[in-house]
Amino acid sequence: MKEVTQTIDTVVNGEAMQCEVPVRMHLTDFLRESLDLTGSHLGCEHGVCGACQVMVDGEVVRGCLTLAVQADGKRVDTIEGLSEQGVLAQLQAAFLQHNALQCGFCSAGMLLSALELVREQPQATREAIREHISGNYCRCTGYQAIVDAIESVLQGKFAPASEART
Amino acid sequence: MNARLEFPNTKPSTETQTGYIGASTPRAGAKRLLQGRGTYLDDMRLPRLAHVVFVRSPHAHAKVVSLNLQAARRQPGVIAAFDGKDIAAFCTPWVGVLGHLKGIKSAAQHAVAIDRVCWQGEAVAAIVAQTRRQAEDALEHVQVEWEVLPAVTDMHAALRGDMVIHPDLGDNICFTRSLKTDDFDEAMARADVVVEKTFSFARHTGVTNEPRAILADYNPAEHAMTVYHATQAPHMMQDIFSRHLDIPESQVRVVCKDVGGSFGIKVHVYADEMATAALSVMLKRPVKFVADRIESFLTDIHAREHEATVRLGCTKDGDILAFDLDDLTAIGPYSVYPRTSGIEGNQVVNLVGGPYKHKAYRAKLNVVFTNKNVTCQYRAVGHPIAVALTEGIVDEAAKALNMDPAAFRRRNLIPDDAYPYTFASGIKFEQLSHHQCLDKLLAMMDYDTLRAEQAQLRAQGVYRGIGLAAMIEVTNPSPAFYGVGGARISAQDGATVRLDPAGMVNVLVSVTEQGQGTEAIFAQIAASAVGVRVEQVRVTTGDTGVTPYGGGTWASRGAGIGGEAVLQAGKVLRSHILDVAACVLEKDKATLDVVGGMVVDKLTGAELTPLSEVGRVAYFRPDTLPMDFQSELTVTRHYTPRAYGFTFTNGIQAALVEVDPDTGFIKLLKHWCVEDCGTVINPMLVDEQIRGGIVQGLGGALLEECQYDSNGQLLNGSMADYLVPMAVEMPDIEVGHVQTPTQTSELGAKGAGEAGTAGAPGALMNAVNDALAPLLGGNLITAQPMTPQRVLTALGKLPA
Repeated sequence: MKEVTQTIDTVVNGEAMQCEVPVRMHLTDFLRESLDLTGSHLGCEHGVCGACQVMVDGEVVRGCLTLAVQADGKRVDTIEGLSEQGVLAQLQAAFLQHNALQCGFCSAGMLLSALELVREQPQATREAIREHISGNYCRCTGYQAIVDAIESVLQGKFAPASEART
Repeated sequence: MNARLEFPNTKPSTETQTGYIGASTPRAGAKRLLQGRGTYLDDMRLPRLAHVVFVRSPHAHAKVVSLNLQAARRQPGVIAAFDGKDIAAFCTPWVGVLGHLKGIKSAAQHAVAIDRVCWQGEAVAAIVAQTRRQAEDALEHVQVEWEVLPAVTDMHAALRGDMVIHPDLGDNICFTRSLKTDDFDEAMARADVVVEKTFSFARHTGVTNEPRAILADYNPAEHAMTVYHATQAPHMMQDIFSRHLDIPESQVRVVCKDVGGSFGIKVHVYADEMATAALSVMLKRPVKFVADRIESFLTDIHAREHEATVRLGCTKDGDILAFDLDDLTAIGPYSVYPRTSGIEGNQVVNLVGGPYKHKAYRAKLNVVFTNKNVTCQYRAVGHPIAVALTEGIVDEAAKALNMDPAAFRRRNLIPDDAYPYTFASGIKFEQLSHHQCLDKLLAMMDYDTLRAEQAQLRAQGVYRGIGLAAMIEVTNPSPAFYGVGGARISAQDGATVRLDPAGMVNVLVSVTEQGQGTEAIFAQIAASAVGVRVEQVRVTTGDTGVTPYGGGTWASRGAGIGGEAVLQAGKVLRSHILDVAACVLEKDKATLDVVGGMVVDKLTGAELTPLSEVGRVAYFRPDTLPMDFQSELTVTRHYTPRAYGFTFTNGIQAALVEVDPDTGFIKLLKHWCVEDCGTVINPMLVDEQIRGGIVQGLGGALLEECQYDSNGQLLNGSMADYLVPMAVEMPDIEVGHVQTPTQTSELGAKGAGEAGTAGAPGALMNAVNDALAPLLGGNLITAQPMTPQRVLTALGKLPA
């Protein structure tokens, strides 16, 4: 089978690039295999587990349900880039303090869902937090530590000033 | 701080600092996982890496009439395609039996099936290509002609032997066990009340977020192989690869990088992983296999398919006299290597009735083969079944006697002063704390208030239920678990603790990290034992080329066994550091101690010199030390639990639910667990591990089921169809502890990984039945998962 490809212009974690990608390749495979950005994970490749989540033009998407060609003309941010930019710092500090991860395979996706919540529903209740992260599988924790961590950020317990210490 | 001054200055300076033991220290090594900087197996890149995919059977039982790989071999990027016979020339088959499971039998299993497949998903050929995509494309060009054979999918039919899956074995029975105490008949005859129920449990599986994965890298120049493997037991796998691929053990190195969840799924020998290792030998280059999700559902071990009848006899005053168990479980077509698939049923026999003080017990177990995926040890092996059976029938007895379930348990739980104690099944308990746990649980949940609220709401047509489940759990296994049966699975673990020149402590441990925080607690133990800050400790696990030899992670052995080895090594290192410091400072060793990374005067606490100075002198200027002195700043110690077969833990759980009798939906309102895992090293980590275990248990009781049709076709092999608990369905879970340290080790830690999963299904089932008691008319919900359909069927609202 001849691989059909297309050239895309995209900005990944702030770096502009032009790449030729197979049209059937999903975004996470592109990020992981072509760019070696392995922080986004593949747990199911059918859009259920949420481990592959990345941001496209600021919106959280499932990388496994997004084709690489759909990133053409768009900005893509992964866990690696968002960590370096510092936008996840409060949540990451809270996740560490609350042990809101075990194996860490879900964490990239979970943090992105949490970021979305912090931005869009700053008044969210515990119930709303649980609802919001219910598109992200975690098989290790009982979810409670994750809910606690997100709640603590919403309550302002992880102000940016405290980031350096944690 | 004053206490320190009271230390006699002549006391040997090797006491453990409890400093970090019991502290909720944030986990070392977690930051990189939170920044996407971990290294899971699929994140690795090696030169000349090839990718393998497998041709898998669409049938549960079939003969391979013909298999043509020619067209597949011609596809772009394809490096090679092999069938089972090709691979068998490089990888010998195995049989999953162990000597201590008397009479257990199974058939020989190959890395890739030859001529016949016995479950849907079993591989018959392997295709290796430059990329995974190319290998998957080539799959479509494989031509297989199948002769479909009848499949044995019902375990009763399997037991009857209407059709025998492996004719050479004579029947479909893998393993049986019977036991009967001498007083059983008399005790049952004496019982005023005998209750009996049959419970069933559906197959489910672990659904690790990271699928199974392996990357084997054979180097023909050295006849050596490095296997990067998402596994729980690297040394066990080193032995397996060595023996089945005929490579000397010393030339096989197994390395575990970050592992994305295991729960028992990644502790077994999988045919496709063995095939991947063989392919690396055959092709003399690195080969990687990562299961995709349908492959996970079809081939990751399943567990828990049981149907069991349990009887309980008690006096009219409420004293339990005897338990009677008849358990049937189906394990797929092969007993899984090397731990066998007989263990789960064996555990059920060992554990049923375990928290209670009756002496009479009879049990029968049949483990049978079927044409479904294989089953084996998944988290809390056998416990969820045993606890649900025990606690379900205990509630029935309490109901028959019109006694409160908590009061009935209090009357029958083994007294806290009765230890050491031998249970009717033969297992021995060192020291348990059922009554302390029960009291603490009832106080935490405010049991009496909840009962009053339940009665009040019931009058308003709201059906809430409270369920209790007492439990015992196997942890810290001795060689009695596997070694005595002939399995080359280490029961001991080792730790090497080294002071580095800059004053850091480097720790190498044979127990592995799967995300549970093993490395974090080892850092805490090492810091406490040596006398440094936890930030000064680095822990490495999961590399047979680097760490001491050991068993790895399973059966909740990491903290209790590996932790004790770290503690003992750390204590000796502390003493050796003081030997050097005494020379450097020209002081009596007995007047010195190590605190917070500094050598201090033991009496005054005055800081004398940092460990970096001890390291500098010991490593770079030993010429300044006495001629007859050699520093030893690397210490290795090992630990094996031997006094008991297992260091049993105990605990109790409670579930509060509300059930809608019109829809059959169960809403989980709250869950409690009190667990006694001995010394708690990091409460934050233990609590969330127990919660995670509870959620896995609740998933099995509420949602999870590998559904097969009568032809052995898996009907729900995707995450969209196979449901696991998500955050919104789960309640807040309150965890409490009673701490009874085991006296078999200085650390006193027992395992905490099984408790949650062990007790949650039983507690939930009892809560649901309690909620619906007024509507069930003596009926019970006895089938898990308790889907709305099963609830409505039990209520008589749907046909059975």
